[in-house]
Amino acid sequence: MTALLQVLFDALSLGSLYALGALGIALIFGVMRLVNFAHGDYIAFCVFAMLWPSIDAAAIVFAGNLPTIILVPFILAVGAGLSVLSEIVVFRRFRNANPATMMIASFALGFVIKYFLLMLYSSRPKSIDLWSNLTQQIEFFGARIPPLQVITIVVTIVILIALTAFLKRTRFGLEMRAAAENFTMARMLGVRANRVIMLAFAVSGMLAAAIGLILVTQTGTVDINMGANLMLVAFVATVIGGLGSLPGAVLAGYLIGAATVIMQVVLPPDARPFRDAFVYGAVIAMLVWRPNGLFTSKATKQRV
Amino acid sequence: MDQALSATDVSVSFEGLRALSKVTLDVPRAKVTGLIGPNGAGKTTLVNVLTGFQKPTDGSVSLDGESMIGVPPYKVRQKGIARTFQSGRLFADLSVLDNLEVTGVGLGLARREAAKKADAMLEWIGIAHLAERTAGGLPYTDERRVAIGRALMLDPSYLLLDEPAAGMSAEEAADLARLIRRIIAEMKCGVLLIEHNIGLVLNICDHIHVLDSGEVIEVGPPSVIKASERVRHAYMGTQAEAEGAVL
Repeated sequence: MTALLQVLFDALSLGSLYALGALGIALIFGVMRLVNFAHGDYIAFCVFAMLWPSIDAAAIVFAGNLPTIILVPFILAVGAGLSVLSEIVVFRRFRNANPATMMIASFALGFVIKYFLLMLYSSRPKSIDLWSNLTQQIEFFGARIPPLQVITIVVTIVILIALTAFLKRTRFGLEMRAAAENFTMARMLGVRANRVIMLAFAVSGMLAAAIGLILVTQTGTVDINMGANLMLVAFVATVIGGLGSLPGAVLAGYLIGAATVIMQVVLPPDARPFRDAFVYGAVIAMLVWRPNGLFTSKATKQRV
Repeated sequence: MDQALSATDVSVSFEGLRALSKVTLDVPRAKVTGLIGPNGAGKTTLVNVLTGFQKPTDGSVSLDGESMIGVPPYKVRQKGIARTFQSGRLFADLSVLDNLEVTGVGLGLARREAAKKADAMLEWIGIAHLAERTAGGLPYTDERRVAIGRALMLDPSYLLLDEPAAGMSAEEAADLARLIRRIIAEMKCGVLLIEHNIGLVLNICDHIHVLDSGEVIEVGPPSVIKASERVRHAYMGTQAEAEGAVL
């Protein structure tokens, strides 16, 4: 029972991170058929925004010292700003380009961001103490749960509810859903392309920032590659969720999180180092079974 | 013409291929203008030019006297030119009501107002019962009516209907004709009807343009079109002396 509870919390909190990442990618894919591989570098950028630029081994905390109530909106704004800026400076020029071209452009942008960080902060990981008391484990029916896990899960659920309400209830949300399905048609009905796309980038950037905050609290280190692994998993999640489907991306994020944690527990100790191979093996099996992902949106099917 | 959507001497070439040459057409308010012609005549290209999706190689497009060349598609709709497509092209994952609301919010309404207008429009067309259905699963004819409703949100001055009757039965086409008459009478909208259903066109249009190989080959009221040798020729080839049986 205790072990089960532990696995449940681990799976949910890891799945939450993956779900947030997948959501950020699926949102952009929905409105402009772009798989944004720079998303992982947005995560690192947001975290580094808490530090003063220096190549010293020790981190010089700058914005990270702000009170939480200011720090969180500040980092979210950094994420939104970076993301919107990349759309204005880079992706807007590829609006009618082939999706593969856009994807390569996003790789290039990712490298630019990474090397920009490398230049300012050096490649050495630095330790930073952000809300470290949240990682001290507390007893919960015998399971040892860090409060951060609970916060991660709750924050993710709140974000999912807020985003759903935004998409369903507001005019911008409706414009975004319509644009995600058929951009040309939406424009013909008066929807302004640039505004909707910038909004999607802003939301996606804020999701990256949220992930950055959670990751840095969890690990206590900042590293220019800290978003890379998560980006990879999140991308896989958007594919098995059905590209363009937001609920699919979220569900697949949780599934991969759960699969990872469960493999860690059930695999014989000798096989554990190869855990990810088993997880991705399951992903391949899943794609053989449903090549279009769990949820295929009608929009992607009908598009010629 | 002042109160009209007009194309004047419009030519469009695609890499040397002439899709339209020197086409002039007026869509006046509160009237139904017909546009017919065999497949590949350039009808859809002309509609794309009128809605800002295709820049003409030559010639001009004006709305009530104001030039429309270079106006982006979303602005074309804001200025009051709406269109539908051959294949309904609804947002399949959205509800019928949401489909109509998109036009409302796209044109700057708050969500609640857009919903109210969308409700009223569905009521006006007589498909209020479909409001909550997902657009993707609708039968063909309902899909068309929703598309027309979506185009009619916030009273556009001009409505371009691209083959709205394709695949409809005689009865359904008659329903459509009634709807178009109501649009003219109650909304004072100028309608451009592009159709293969010649019966429908002759029945409800005030003025008809016949397009063939990118050129207007005949213009006039239904009686003139019915009698036209050239139109019969375009549709039937040289052999046609079918005494009006075609039309």
